Amino acid sequence: MYHVVCRITLRPSILDPQGKAIHHALHDLGQTAVQGVRVGKRIELTIDAESEEAAREAASRACETLLANAVMEDFEVESATELEAA
Amino acid sequence: MARIAVLVFPGSNCDHDAYHAAKHVFGQDARFVWHKEESVGDADLVIVPGGFSYGDYLRSGAIARFSPVMKDVVRHAKEGGLVLGVCNGFQVLCEAGLLPGALMRNASLRFVCRDVHLRVENAETPFTNQAQVGDLLTVPVAHGDGNYTADEATLDRLEAENRVVFRYADADGQITPEANPNGSARNIAGVLGENGNVLGMMPHPERCVEAILGHGGADGAVLFRSALAHLGESVAA
Repeated sequence: MYHVVCRITLRPSILDPQGKAIHHALHDLGQTAVQGVRVGKRIELTIDAESEEAAREAASRACETLLANAVMEDFEVESATELEAA
Repeated sequence: MARIAVLVFPGSNCDHDAYHAAKHVFGQDARFVWHKEESVGDADLVIVPGGFSYGDYLRSGAIARFSPVMKDVVRHAKEGGLVLGVCNGFQVLCEAGLLPGALMRNASLRFVCRDVHLRVENAETPFTNQAQVGDLLTVPVAHGDGNYTADEATLDRLEAENRVVFRYADADGQITPEANPNGSARNIAGVLGENGNVLGMMPHPERCVEAILGHGGADGAVLFRSALAHLGESVAA
């Protein structure tokens, strides 16, 4: 069993109004060093697989079919960690 | 009498408006089709209604697009059957790949609920054949994720193939940034699928088909009249 973390982000060419609003809010708070904000999603999956590679593959498949929309989002399988048997 | 199937997902909330318009205002043979059903039957027109299917979890329309009934909607569309997706229905059709592009969070980050003016850009579609290019329709919008986006090449192709059916305009019919309620690319409010039989739009024509409701009156009726004319039906209203 693997704990797999997927990261889904808006494509660089897509404007991120939510990130922009957060950026403005941070500036209003005086945190003017922040030069840009992009908001994405982190999705954690628990996957029954024989190997780390198989777990990563299953996670990629989940991202391609449902978790990310290729029109506006990119995804990355960040990590896959084997879970201790209970 | 045209057979009109109105899909119902968990979280649909404009299904009854669409049914009412089809059945009571236009006197057609309308029926609800629950998303778990595997067929839309012999429907002439499938309406994918507005609402918040599956609570908009993950992305608007992302889960509904895998409901059992959607396979048959794709089949119906591929065979040339008419499909109208409104609001969440537009999002579902984009997620299902029947329409290009995607609907993102409104540029204002606010839910927008008001009347807008739509300029008819193509009056030779199954849904606008009773209108004229340049006609202004007053139709309500009510959405948080209506910001139409697609890559530049797709947008260029949509325009070249005359598949932008409606654009957000001001009261004089001018296409301006101020008239754009959600930040949609090129003020696009409604687009046609590549075979011309599938239309997705954020505004709600089914909510304005009766003059008694005021505002724009019955400007949404022209879509229903057009679809019925396309299907060879005489129109009751």
